[in-house]
Amino acid sequence: MSVIYIVLTVSVIVGVGFFIVFLMAVKSGQYDDSYTPSVRILFEDELVKEKSKQSIKSKTD
Amino acid sequence: MEESTCYHCGDHCGEKPLRFQNKSFCCNGCKTVFEIFNENDLTCYYDLQDSPGAVPKEIEGKYDFLSQDKIIDKLTEFRSDSIEIATLYIPHIHCSSCIWILENLNKLNHNISDSVVNFGKKTVRVTYNNENSSLKEVVLLLSAIGYEPYISLDDFKSGEKHINRSLIYKLGVAGFGFGNIMFLSFPEYFEVNEFWLEQYKHMFRWIMFVLSIPVVFYSAQDYFSSAFKGLKARILNIDVPIALGISVLFLRSSIEIAFDIGSGFFDSLAGLVFFLLLGKFFQQKTYDFLSFERDYKSYFPIAITKVNKKGKEVSIQVYDIKKGDRLLIRNEELIPVDGILISGRGKIDYSFVTGESQTVTKSSGDKLFAGGKQTNGIIELEALKSVEQSYLTQLWSNDVFNKEKEDGFTSITDTISKHFTLTILSIAFIATTYWLLTDVSKAMNVFTAVLIIACPCAIALSAPFTFGNLLRIFGKLKFYVKNASVIERLAQINTIVFDKTGTLTANKASQAIYEGEALNAREALILKNTLRGSNHPLSRTLYDILEANDIVTLDTFTEHVGKGIEAKHDNIALKIGSASFVGSETTPNNLNTTVHISSNDLYKGKYTFYNRYRKGVAKLFNQLKAHFDLVVLSGDNEGERDNLKKLLPGKTKLIFNQKPEDKLDYIKYHQSEGANVMMVGDGLNDAGALAQSEVGIAISDDINVFSPACDAILDASKLKFLYQYLRASKGAIKIIKWSFALSFIYNIVGLYFAVTGQLAPVVAAILMPLSSISIVVFTTVCTNILGRRLK
Repeated sequence: MSVIYIVLTVSVIVGVGFFIVFLMAVKSGQYDDSYTPSVRILFEDELVKEKSKQSIKSKTD
Repeated sequence: MEESTCYHCGDHCGEKPLRFQNKSFCCNGCKTVFEIFNENDLTCYYDLQDSPGAVPKEIEGKYDFLSQDKIIDKLTEFRSDSIEIATLYIPHIHCSSCIWILENLNKLNHNISDSVVNFGKKTVRVTYNNENSSLKEVVLLLSAIGYEPYISLDDFKSGEKHINRSLIYKLGVAGFGFGNIMFLSFPEYFEVNEFWLEQYKHMFRWIMFVLSIPVVFYSAQDYFSSAFKGLKARILNIDVPIALGISVLFLRSSIEIAFDIGSGFFDSLAGLVFFLLLGKFFQQKTYDFLSFERDYKSYFPIAITKVNKKGKEVSIQVYDIKKGDRLLIRNEELIPVDGILISGRGKIDYSFVTGESQTVTKSSGDKLFAGGKQTNGIIELEALKSVEQSYLTQLWSNDVFNKEKEDGFTSITDTISKHFTLTILSIAFIATTYWLLTDVSKAMNVFTAVLIIACPCAIALSAPFTFGNLLRIFGKLKFYVKNASVIERLAQINTIVFDKTGTLTANKASQAIYEGEALNAREALILKNTLRGSNHPLSRTLYDILEANDIVTLDTFTEHVGKGIEAKHDNIALKIGSASFVGSETTPNNLNTTVHISSNDLYKGKYTFYNRYRKGVAKLFNQLKAHFDLVVLSGDNEGERDNLKKLLPGKTKLIFNQKPEDKLDYIKYHQSEGANVMMVGDGLNDAGALAQSEVGIAISDDINVFSPACDAILDASKLKFLYQYLRASKGAIKIIKWSFALSFIYNIVGLYFAVTGQLAPVVAAILMPLSSISIVVFTTVCTNILGRRLK
């Protein structure tokens, strides 16, 4: 029967855990700029691809 | 050769594009940027977006002031022996390519370790090594690739820029409390008198109590302080009944669980605060990339070159300029103080000040006003005043710039809340008195129940959601409104004042009408070809207006500065220019700009330039005239009076020769007569009028360039829809009134439960969110319909 204490404790801890993560996210400035990251995430690959393209181009030139 | 567009900036390349690696470029600047990117494997810049670049501008010597220690100190947010961090505002940031190239700055300069773009604010935060590099070097690099940062006097404020995130925190706390309290209160709603629940419900209730404490004392604190302020000023604003409702909810719930009377209303309480904050958050929608608070400081440079007594050039801060200082103004630099031109040819662009983009030519000895931009080589001037005392900047000492427009404005919500609060309080007292006489035990219960259920959550949400949504719809239609209160004030406007230059007139093109003896075909041909060779703004304008002609090579071509042009071809000698230069006998009795023409010393005629008005201006005025008083206030002379009279409806008042202060006083005077004035302007000379009026709208051809402090920024191409925007604002008020009616219905239902003493927590828990959500849905749907009609 005392299992309810455990369950309650767990649920509160999980809740508080997420809440702390949220506070950290706000504090780190994640909510200050909600647009740029959505563009930035698509960039990484292009640099690599571009480099190989560039080397091909310079060979043919 | 076919017309091609520049690979870098997308402009037309003209007849002779520069070719490099099979790509066309419009100028050397663009080509150089491409070469830089090409060498550093950064051409992917062009894959993300077609022609994303900007032409790099001539900046030689412009940023010398950045080597001054004091100035670096103010511009950087972090400085150590080896590392500096600076955030620079770059107006050109506009697409994903921009983000990409600016975040790869380290490939162009290895001393830059990190650069992060904030697209919304158009800033880049650069971290660099200051042992091998400097702020100046970073700025020069950015300028060289077409991303010239804008550094103005406004940046010259020390101290960290503070970002206020408290609303997000409060919303988070309220959401957290609301969700968890919901979980804990549900069992009691569904399982009444169940054995295990009876055992544990006390613990559940106390956890709810604990969770509600931060919601009440942290998340809801603004409502308490606002209500307190309102009461102190003897105003029953909407926060008074809200604060009353929240405190009664909390106290009654705490008492209920303490004395084991019931489960309390903690879920309704947390839900109420959460929804209210959500409304606030929704209304807070701002345009990061626009600033509505600009004064002359955003336009003015930080430092300027001074020529000291020994003839040496030194950089000094603008505030240190004293009367009598000799200053050097380079091409594309702004004149920070009133002064007298000493040497050089001044070609001043006063578009920041007046909205007029036609440059003014000044010669030695002429007076120059602060705010103009030199566009032709280096000039030297002697300062006549200090920065704050100049003709233009003086305007900002007016009290009107220290006043908040929201103060003293009673919003529709506040008006209704006064009656609402009084009604609710009297209902509460009447019901309590009734129960005191019939059943004393229920009296307190009824009293609190009335205050709880009548908590005007739905009323408080109507305005934020309606205005917030309309704000976003307006934004999509390029009408950027500062905040919700502006829309409300828009709906009450009855007088509209327009500035002329730059607002009603288009910035670039003007019209020219020829009067006099007609030119024959050969003369017309030579005229066009002569104008081709001249860079004078009037020549360029006239050249664009005249019909296309063949290209011929002129035999002679001489340009006389400040007078005109002389050209010869096949024994026809044309003179184009001022009346005296051409030899016109008629004394020009005309206020408009004219260009005279003579052929073989025989006077032919003149082109008179008129402003060209924006498309749809006449139609807009005709739509507006039935509902508003219309006025045109112009800083110019009366030369356009007849032209304007023809264009605009008869009852429009036309007033000319208005100084910036005159415009402000004109509006003030009409306000004292009870008018609600909207000012539509564009230049810094309208700044006073924009601030004084109930709603000041700045018209802008390019919203990325600066516009003066105002309540809303309207894209110039949308000026013709102004009437529709005004009508939509009035529609929004109507929507709010309807949603008030809707929330009254909920209140009546709730009050029925309350005064009869049967308000169970579950009723409150259903009724309160239901009313809030239905109001949100109602206002959102209605404003969307309103918005669709706008398109």
